[in-house]
Amino acid sequence: MSGAAKDIEEIVREHAFFEGLLEPFGKLISGCAKNVHFQPGEYLFHEGDAADQFYLIRQGCVALEIKAPGRGAITFQTVREDEVVGVEWLIPPYRWSYDARAAEFTRAIAMDGACLRRKCEADHDLGYEVMKRFMPVLIQRLQAAQMQILDVYGEQA
Amino acid sequence: MWTLEIEPDGPASAAAAPGQFNMLTAFGVGEAAISLSGDPAEPGRLVHTIRAVGPVSHALAQLRPGAALGLRGPFGAGWPMAEAAGRDVVIMAGGLGLAPLRPAIYRLLAERARYGQVQVLYGARSPADILFRRELESWRRRLDVEIEVTVDHAAVSDWRGHVGVVTTLLGRAAFDPANTVALVCGPEIMMRFCAAALGDAGVKAEAIHLSMERNMKCAIGLCGHCQFGPVFICRDGPVFRYDQVAGLLRHKEL
Repeated sequence: MSGAAKDIEEIVREHAFFEGLLEPFGKLISGCAKNVHFQPGEYLFHEGDAADQFYLIRQGCVALEIKAPGRGAITFQTVREDEVVGVEWLIPPYRWSYDARAAEFTRAIAMDGACLRRKCEADHDLGYEVMKRFMPVLIQRLQAAQMQILDVYGEQA
Repeated sequence: MWTLEIEPDGPASAAAAPGQFNMLTAFGVGEAAISLSGDPAEPGRLVHTIRAVGPVSHALAQLRPGAALGLRGPFGAGWPMAEAAGRDVVIMAGGLGLAPLRPAIYRLLAERARYGQVQVLYGARSPADILFRRELESWRRRLDVEIEVTVDHAAVSDWRGHVGVVTTLLGRAAFDPANTVALVCGPEIMMRFCAAALGDAGVKAEAIHLSMERNMKCAIGLCGHCQFGPVFICRDGPVFRYDQVAGLLRHKEL
């Protein structure tokens, strides 16, 4: 294993999202990982693009946005260090449904979704481990969306 | 959103504790329960922040400087400031719910050494809806209190802070859950989610306090307008321990 690969494995396993990950899974997952960074205002991806990655945020802030006619871009969630951007890589048709923009200088680990999907298919224990970590992100996002749709701070609330 | 500053015209009412409310009368229209939102260290200056949604609050919001209005109070059980002494304090406010919590924040900051960590987590609908924005910005500059604000959504050009529901701020807040008192005020749905998130973080239900809102009429526990199961919001609250109301909050009919 090269020094660089070892470094990234450490980074992946130290990230809050993969806290407590068993070493063999860490090796498999970090084989799909690479270090990336984004300047403020730079887009990680755009709505409609192929969702072939997800991002473990190490530093900075990513704004998730949707374009609304007549209103410009609306931010509906910000994601910061120790959190993860992107679940669409898990589910066909693997396509982003929003834009993601670095709101400040952002360092992240980009995970190759196709690579990780292949490894999860080949090793269902790994797949279950990955799913267990993504399900809370999905549920939290769903609950947040419920609150936002209810507009609890609006005049009718 | 309107903030009324009222000077007593006659004998001053008793000093209000953070979290208490007054009954304000717009003459010829009616009376409404409004929380005090000012500094409890200035008892001669009665401050109330209201949203003009009904006939009474609308009439109150239209009062000009110098106009007269009726006032009874203060009423109700306020925030447990004595219980919070020596412990970490987590304040979770949503929307207009920051107003009844502002007196508690004033008190915490005025007696800062009496408390452990102080966290103020505030959620608003959008950047334009943030209540007491200048004050929040001024509190944020202090080194002995954490103030975090999040909005449900924001135009990209308007906002550089957090976007998301207020409970997402809790995971980043530093406090000892076993030695924390939490004060929560906002729409009831938001308070239920906050209480659940605080519980998940390890804060006991007895240490979580919510300020409830119902249609109050007499304010002294006689008329029954604000009955909430076995309790009256005006007399037994408006601030309740979560373990006292958790079961009631699950009933759609109440």
